[in-house]
Amino acid sequence: MAFQAPVETSTGRIRELTLGAKKTVATGGQNALAFHGFEGTLPNAPRIALEVYDTAPTDWADELKRALGDVWADPVAWAKKCEGEFGADLVCLQLAGTDPNGLNRSAADAVTTVKAVADAIGVPLVVYGSGNTEKDAEVLKAVAEATQGKNVVVGAAIEENYKSIGAAAMGFGCKVIGQTPIDVNMAKQLNILLTNLGVSIENLLIDPSTGALGYGLEYSFSIHERIKLAALKQNDAMLQAPSVSNLGKEAWRAKEAKITQAEAPQWGDQRKRGILWEALTAVALMMAGSDILVMRHPEAAKLVRQTIAALGA
Amino acid sequence: MALTGMQIFKHMPKTNCGQCGVPTCLAFAMKLASSSATLDQCPFVSEEAKAVLAEASAPPIRGVTIGEGEFALKVGEELVLHRHEKTFFNPCGYALLIEDTEDPAAAGAKLAALKAATYERVAQKLRSNLVAVKNASGDAAKFAACVKAVAGAIEYPLVLMAEPAAIEAALAATPLKRPLLHAATKVNLDAMAALAKKAGAPLAVKAASLDELGELTAKLDGMGIKDLVLDPGSRTLKETHQNLVYIRRASLKKKLRPYGYPIITFPAEETTDDMMETVHAAVYTIKYGGIVVLRDLSPEKAYALYVLRQNIYTDPQRPMQVEQGFYPINGADENSPVLITTNFSLTYFIVSSEVEGSKVPTWLGIVDTDGLSTLTAWAAGKFVPDRIAAFITKADLAAKVKHRTVIIPGYVAQISGELEDELAGWKVVVGPREASELPAFLKALK
Repeated sequence: MAFQAPVETSTGRIRELTLGAKKTVATGGQNALAFHGFEGTLPNAPRIALEVYDTAPTDWADELKRALGDVWADPVAWAKKCEGEFGADLVCLQLAGTDPNGLNRSAADAVTTVKAVADAIGVPLVVYGSGNTEKDAEVLKAVAEATQGKNVVVGAAIEENYKSIGAAAMGFGCKVIGQTPIDVNMAKQLNILLTNLGVSIENLLIDPSTGALGYGLEYSFSIHERIKLAALKQNDAMLQAPSVSNLGKEAWRAKEAKITQAEAPQWGDQRKRGILWEALTAVALMMAGSDILVMRHPEAAKLVRQTIAALGA
Repeated sequence: MALTGMQIFKHMPKTNCGQCGVPTCLAFAMKLASSSATLDQCPFVSEEAKAVLAEASAPPIRGVTIGEGEFALKVGEELVLHRHEKTFFNPCGYALLIEDTEDPAAAGAKLAALKAATYERVAQKLRSNLVAVKNASGDAAKFAACVKAVAGAIEYPLVLMAEPAAIEAALAATPLKRPLLHAATKVNLDAMAALAKKAGAPLAVKAASLDELGELTAKLDGMGIKDLVLDPGSRTLKETHQNLVYIRRASLKKKLRPYGYPIITFPAEETTDDMMETVHAAVYTIKYGGIVVLRDLSPEKAYALYVLRQNIYTDPQRPMQVEQGFYPINGADENSPVLITTNFSLTYFIVSSEVEGSKVPTWLGIVDTDGLSTLTAWAAGKFVPDRIAAFITKADLAAKVKHRTVIIPGYVAQISGELEDELAGWKVVVGPREASELPAFLKALK
């Protein structure tokens, strides 16, 4: 009996976005579910954006200190290492230091760091704010202005601050990540709001919020699957933006990733445990359709890159 | 293929006797169609109708049980391609590969470690499920001895990976309860079928292509062997992933019976890198693997896979819940602060993880809110002053701590006054809104 391959073609396609300026990287463009190369075209494999922080981390796992400690006090050196040594497709600068509940660095300080990092690397830059609604509006606007012409990606715009961030993106020509709390309709609604404001749909990415392995991964996984199905099968234009998973910080927040072997001998090798916690989070999200994986540990990123190659993308 | 209520109604006795519990045969047929009743509730249904309806209502992917009793593993009976469409039902089983060429002492140590690697998470026991014994030596006697040793060391059901003669020798030497025999191929089909029949064991079928796979399962089905597991033969991540998607779709959407069985996958035979092996297993956990065979199930790999499996197989309609109660964290004692939150598993995990990270000894009070998160539970009347107060009184918090202060999530600050009224003698403090702010908050309390 001849097996009829049950292929399912899609009417929709994820929009292809070109990021960066010096060395551009494309994302999206596929008209099939993740790694379903047998029924469509996948012009761009999932991209790995490696994280850099604007201020030196203070309470990170020992394993991260071992891997990144030599550069983590210097965002420029860190970013260069991500590109040169770790093979990052993109660099993601996390402006955690601007959080008013933390170091409360000023927008001007943040801009100095962003410019230095952007000048030091060739690959495209993604800039995430601290997650503070008002501060992000201020900081990301300044970042957009200061990086004009570099085609950076800024985020996250949320329902409460999308107007100022969206306006800055329009004015200074950058891409915007819209972030919503694990809900398909809210993701769609935010893109409608941003496009109504005048931001081109060609400049939008979706961040449907990320839960790590054991900490809500099932929600992020299914939201990604649902967004991609709506985009491809129902041809929902507002959900056809490439998606981003800001997962490194979530994975390494899990106690399973950071607790020492002495404290948790039952969980085995500390180093591999942390790397796998992040890698499995990333693999699940990319299997669900995420286009850009923001990751932290170079070994976890390497493992995911090998997986992407082995899956044939 | 699922029948509609009207199609089922044609086969009903149409007596409207009401003995099934609903007044009319039509109503009963509707209940059958929605799977909220079973055919045996009708005392008058004809044998012919039973056969027709049983065939039509058989699950598109057959459920296959390996082993018996407490450690039995049931896989298959999946109904959807994406978990949000309903849920994934029978979590995949992880099998540790042992080859009969391995040093027996080393194999014994691996089995002891596998047995020890059991965990509890959200009231579920997480562990591996099977041991796959492979006749790598080619020597039937050696295989039989290895199987005997493994069966003596661990209660998990076995997968016997060998040619018929070696499997026969192993089954003769050791009585096994429903081991999975791997594998029938076009070369040994008759001999394997005979062994599976004699042993009453499920049988894996391995083929070089999906065409061949369907031919073999149809043949075995014709021979009366129904408990089959598919091995599409591929041994690369890309091909196996594609085969898994094809088979799941063929069985669910095309209703192709020859492909309506659970699938066994072999990360162990696809890569020699231990970390990549775990990743292959993760892909097959997410996308449609029924049994996943690995060389390395060390705790750091196994635990990550178990949690992934738990995440993927959680029913999206029913949030995972943590048991109500007061949990001591970081060695909480009678002077430690008391946090109160809901029993939504995600809330619990995130809050407990942050508290553990803070290293501040703390009591975490989990109120039964039917698995709803803080704000949703408050809106639904399940995380409200009288319920929280009743919980604190019933759990006798007053006997656990000397102080009289409880801390509630910032998102429900509005209930603090009323909760103080309900809890005579207690002070209610409003904590941060986000769990990530807890470490700083707890440290500032000191």
